[in-house]
Amino acid sequence: MELTSQVGGTVTGGLAYVGELAALGGRAVYVTLVGPFRGRPIRLQRAIAQAMAVGVGALPILSLITFFIGLILALQSAYELRKFGALSYVAGAVALSMTRELGPLITAILVIGRSGSAFAAELGTMRVTEEIDAMETMAIDPVHFLVAPKFLAMIIMMPCLTIWANAMGIVGGGLFGVAQADFTWPRYLQASMDALYMRDIVTGLIKSVMFGITITAVGCHEGLATTAGPEQVGRSTTRAVVISIFLVIAVDLVFTALFFFLGGS
Amino acid sequence: MALVEQTTPDTTQNEPMISVRDLRVNYGEREILHGISFDVQRGETIAILGGSGSGKSTLLRTMVGLERPTSGQIWLRGKNIAVLSRSEMDEVRKKIGMSFQGSALFGSMTVGENVALPLREHTQLEDSTIEIILRLKLDQVGLAGFEYYMPSELSGGMKKRAAVARALAMDPEILFFDEPSAGLDPIIAAGIDHLILQLKKAFRMTIMVVTHELASAFLIADRMVLIDKGNIVAIGTKEEMQASRQPRVRQFLDRVAEPEVEQEMDYLQMLTASDRPGRRSPDRKRG
Repeated sequence: MELTSQVGGTVTGGLAYVGELAALGGRAVYVTLVGPFRGRPIRLQRAIAQAMAVGVGALPILSLITFFIGLILALQSAYELRKFGALSYVAGAVALSMTRELGPLITAILVIGRSGSAFAAELGTMRVTEEIDAMETMAIDPVHFLVAPKFLAMIIMMPCLTIWANAMGIVGGGLFGVAQADFTWPRYLQASMDALYMRDIVTGLIKSVMFGITITAVGCHEGLATTAGPEQVGRSTTRAVVISIFLVIAVDLVFTALFFFLGGS
Repeated sequence: MALVEQTTPDTTQNEPMISVRDLRVNYGEREILHGISFDVQRGETIAILGGSGSGKSTLLRTMVGLERPTSGQIWLRGKNIAVLSRSEMDEVRKKIGMSFQGSALFGSMTVGENVALPLREHTQLEDSTIEIILRLKLDQVGLAGFEYYMPSELSGGMKKRAAVARALAMDPEILFFDEPSAGLDPIIAAGIDHLILQLKKAFRMTIMVVTHELASAFLIADRMVLIDKGNIVAIGTKEEMQASRQPRVRQFLDRVAEPEVEQEMDYLQMLTASDRPGRRSPDRKRG
């Protein structure tokens, strides 16, 4: 009896949490899209600064990680494929896994670590130092001023980063292809291209946008929900990272299933 | 329509600037303020006195709209903010200024950007005009020439002055201060008191200061409100407060400790008592 009530409590709590995230995201979308028509455009400069931090700042480490991931994928798939003498399929395997799944996912995980945590820490600190309260007493909406630019930056930068991650993954796989599977670089890239359909890339990018929205909503929500005390900022940051990772994977599952049943592939 | 009729105490000269009526505020189940009522006249400086946990900060936060009252009315400039929507509240907020305890300057912006922020957000003024207002406000608080400093480069007293300049940016009619001298040394704190007196004299601003600093309150306030455990214990001028024979007022003004820690032995006993709530004896810990 206690177990069922606990499970029920957890489920309703989880749904309420997702509801809060949706409310925050909805308000951010509202002030971004409707605000300009009411004479309150969101600060593009702030969005650009966020985009630089979220996107451009992540490029070096993202390049390295996804290059390695591509190489790992090539090695792992070659392990099985070489039994059939089918090493030439490595290119397609890497390209498909990267664009459909690992490109968006690895990008999201990295962005959670770099930016989702930073959002929570930034807003949490501002909450603790009463800066958010000060903003409200100045009749400045924190969602408009702080949260909306982050959403805008994320929605634009996540697909960009994902495209880059896909490309670097394919290059990583190519290194194996060229070194071990009798490919040349042009032939490897051609084989990757041939294996990919537009649908593979687009579904990956749609997922990446959803991941970006999830990460921003969780990071900002956790930051704004910080209660008194500097030690709470650390807790908020940790929560933001853990919850973001969980929700990104959940969103991934939902959209992958959706594309599977809708696309028939 | 009833709402419109209620807004009768308008901003005519003899109406109070601030009028609080039977204000109750809850944090969850717990009631923090148990029905507070008082008035503040235009141009008056009022000090809200009280110990830690008395509810004075909650009162202040409720009066600037950061907390929602459970019941009661708060009339600011003729509007009952307890029933206002967010956008209506924002209109009222443009005419009030608030200086926070920890100054709450935005750490990512320079002092100048901090002070200019409300002007940039709420007015269509040209940058050059904003620049002039900014200089004027910084000058008023004695921070002329500091607009390009980051808040982290300022001392505690200067931060507080910058926060006052930011609160003044929109030419508010009511100014709220949360513990203006908290964390400052006596000389710097006296400087802030002096600044509040200057603002009062120069602009005839209505000022409400929440503090537990008696000296500061007696220097700047026209009237004082003493709050204890969510209730008003006394309201009056400095003279009335000093002449008061009420035990709670005397205790606060004469800085008498709470009875249970009055004597050293009692205090030691209290510390060592094993059955004190929140303190477990070694035996129970093992079990």
